[in-house]
Amino acid sequence: MNKVKLFIDGRELLAPAGEKLLWVALENDIYIPHLCAIREEQRPSACCRLCFVEVEGRKRPVTSCTLPVREKMMVKTRTPAVDRLVRTAFELLLSDHRLNCGKCPKNRACALQRIARERGLKLKPGRFKALGREFPPIDESTGAFAFDRSRCVLCGQCVHADQQVVKVGAIGFSRRGLDRCVSTFTGVKLADSPCTRCLLCVEACPVGALYPL
Amino acid sequence: MRNLSASETAYRRLRQQAEAKLAPLKDKPLIWIGTATCGKAAGAIEVREAFKEELAKKGVEARVLEAGCMGHCYAEPLAVIAKPGFPAICYGKVDEGLVKRLVDDFLLHDDPCYEFALVALETNDFFPTFSDFPRGVYEEKIILEDCGFIDPEDIDHYIARDGYVALAEVLGTKTPQQVLAEIKAANLRGRGGAGFPAGVKWEAVAVQTEKTRYVICNADEGDPGAFMDRSILESNPHLVLEGMLICAYAVAAQRGYLYIRSEYPQAIRRVRTALEQARQRGLLGSSILGGNFNFDLGIFAGAGAFVCGEGTALVNSMEGKLGLPEHRPPRLSTAGLRGKPTVLNNVKTFAYVPLILRRGADWFKQTGTPGSPGTAVFAMAGKVANPGLAEVPMGTTLRQLIFEVGQGLAGGKQFKAVQIGGPSGGCLPEAALDLPIDFDSLQEAGAIMGSGGVVVLDEDDCMVRIAHYFLKFTQHESCGKCTFCRLGTKQMLDILGAITRGEGTLADLETLRELAEDVKAGSLCNLGGTAPNPVLTTLKYFYDEYRAHIEGKCCPALMCPDLIAYYIEPLKCSKLCSACVGSCPVEAVYTREDGLKAIDQEKCVKCDNCLKACPVEYNAVVKLSPPSLLQEKEGRGR
Ligand SMILES: Cc1cc2nc3c(=O)[nH]c(=O)nc-3n(C[C@H](O)[C@H](O)[C@H](O)COP(=O)(O)O)c2cc1C
Ligand code: SF4
Ligand code: FES
Repeated sequence: MNKVKLFIDGRELLAPAGEKLLWVALENDIYIPHLCAIREEQRPSACCRLCFVEVEGRKRPVTSCTLPVREKMMVKTRTPAVDRLVRTAFELLLSDHRLNCGKCPKNRACALQRIARERGLKLKPGRFKALGREFPPIDESTGAFAFDRSRCVLCGQCVHADQQVVKVGAIGFSRRGLDRCVSTFTGVKLADSPCTRCLLCVEACPVGALYPL
Repeated sequence: MRNLSASETAYRRLRQQAEAKLAPLKDKPLIWIGTATCGKAAGAIEVREAFKEELAKKGVEARVLEAGCMGHCYAEPLAVIAKPGFPAICYGKVDEGLVKRLVDDFLLHDDPCYEFALVALETNDFFPTFSDFPRGVYEEKIILEDCGFIDPEDIDHYIARDGYVALAEVLGTKTPQQVLAEIKAANLRGRGGAGFPAGVKWEAVAVQTEKTRYVICNADEGDPGAFMDRSILESNPHLVLEGMLICAYAVAAQRGYLYIRSEYPQAIRRVRTALEQARQRGLLGSSILGGNFNFDLGIFAGAGAFVCGEGTALVNSMEGKLGLPEHRPPRLSTAGLRGKPTVLNNVKTFAYVPLILRRGADWFKQTGTPGSPGTAVFAMAGKVANPGLAEVPMGTTLRQLIFEVGQGLAGGKQFKAVQIGGPSGGCLPEAALDLPIDFDSLQEAGAIMGSGGVVVLDEDDCMVRIAHYFLKFTQHESCGKCTFCRLGTKQMLDILGAITRGEGTLADLETLRELAEDVKAGSLCNLGGTAPNPVLTTLKYFYDEYRAHIEGKCCPALMCPDLIAYYIEPLKCSKLCSACVGSCPVEAVYTREDGLKAIDQEKCVKCDNCLKACPVEYNAVVKLSPPSLLQEKEGRGR
């Protein structure tokens, strides 16, 4: 395979041409915050807006999960502009995330906690008010796992596992705007959906929205 | 003279048929009624029926035809009468009484009732034409030229006015490369908002190795207050179809679609009729004008979400998926509809194409600015005296647009700001009035051309509320896919809301600005990428007004309900009238022992009824901001 030489934060790296920058960085132990990226997805959804980097020759930070690496690409993962966008996106996500890490099954293994740790951010909405929205009750109907929408960050990892990996189609995205959510086809309980309890979605969830019972 | 190509010969036959069919129309008086959606809303159908009835009753021979929108929405319903021997004359605000008079005085007795005429459409010695009005001096109709003056449901009207002549010439005498070169030379920029050069876009499709290609016309027109795309489709659909055909030839596409929002049933109907008639005349389908170019068009009725106007979301929605935007690249020119190279242009962009090919790139560039040639179509609304559609050269200043074309502010009020470019545009102050409007100058000022919506604001408009109003629209229309737009617009809206209630802090203003900049820079698509514009521009140009809300708990425009109080001036109140008392829905207005009226602030819901009810000769009800001024007033009153 064709390899290209690029620089991330001054480190010279070799990577397969066309590979997305995010994966090249992660493979080389260079951390870039990310929630929604799925390596095998042809067209990344690029919806979490956390994986920004700066690339020489581009005016604005770009999302690394969508950026194919090129020969001689010069990348910086930490610049004031990048840090600012990441902080804002992170605080926005936390403003709509029920924060009670102590009682969360994902405590210490949560992707949000990792981002906070790596980027020196507080696990708080910061400048923003918590939206404190009402969410439907936790769905434990399958008996095997639980779905708590108040912790969901809409990254789409579970939907990918369900629709693309096991091809079951029990869950998907529905509604628009602030109401956008992961749900079963008509909003029925998971037990009444085609769910096979394979638990791949639970494994895929980077936060404490889906967890085994 | 050069020999005509086969397609030009085929066209000539169509032209002769059309002219032969329309010739008899010239012998009898013709009455055109503007029946686009705007006309219909004002009662055009009733006017049409009234004419028919009156003509029958009086036994007058005349033909009643329907046309589209003439752009003078303030004067709807509109009728144009073309009587042999007289210039065609346009009458505004037509009602049944006027119909009777026109039939009686004009059609029967040759008195054109000039006192009711709005304007003559042909130069003459008796009555002014559009170009004699200040509005006409600035207006220059290119794509709206025929709107309102041809029957959109009869292709022969279009053909008789040079319609499809450009297509015939292109097919017969030009290579696709020559067409591309002409569009590039004209520097035609996309009218859907961003101003991307159409020639460059088309070329990117033309050079693809994939041979299946699509041409799509974006008629989603989701901006509230924008209706020019609808107007063009309802008034002159063949102009757009011809533009799409020429584009298809240039990029070698076989199939195309018009994506029209389903809230536009009349546009859909008229386009459908136009497609049928074009097919029937051999102008669409296989072997167009007898040659070997094949292209067909279909209509896709969009579900009407604002975000579906965004290219990738539009394509997703056409493919039956959720109408959500995608990251770009890939661009539509490499992977668009069904993964194939696709041209997506706005209705207006396509409408310029036949005219550019008919008259040449140099003709097109005579109008407008070097960087943005041609005209711009604006839909003016808000506090302007003459709202409606206006087509002016690019480079016209905002002052000319608002004060000459739009005739200034309604009700003699003071100009305050203009929101240009719809909800994704920006709010510009008095100081920007002399800005020549084109794609680049607006961008620099923080606004965008967008859909061409122009909302004029006066002294009674609170800029914080205006920002809130426009952001509320985009926040509501956010698809919710990406973090910045889904949550960022919501947080911005909440901060703006708090400020209008007097609950904001100066730190909130800083957060608001930072967040607005981040949403602009970080969003996945241009809905989020432009949604902060009204906030950023009002912060930039009307910062003091924000501060007044925060520091003085005062709304200088007296518009924010939480920051105003209604008060009845004892010195002005007549005592004898109780219009205000009766008008109050919550019985907050009462009569004091001394006969003066007063307001129980606890009960008042700030509906404005008493202020409106108080007779102008007293004008005793006033709004105070901050509400704390009440104590002062009441203290003095006692
Ligand atoms: C949220 C959003 C809504 C849009 N809505 C429209 C629309 O209603 N009509 C339109 O022509 N373009 C719309 N656009 C712009 C299109 O994405 C696209 O740029 C345009 O159709 C290209 O045509 P043009 O080059 O002729 O302007 C919208 C863009 C965004 C981001
Ligand atoms: S910017 Fe808004 S509309 Fe565009 S993808 Fe993001 S959430 Fe959806
Ligand atoms: S990982 Fe790139 S946007 Fe989510």
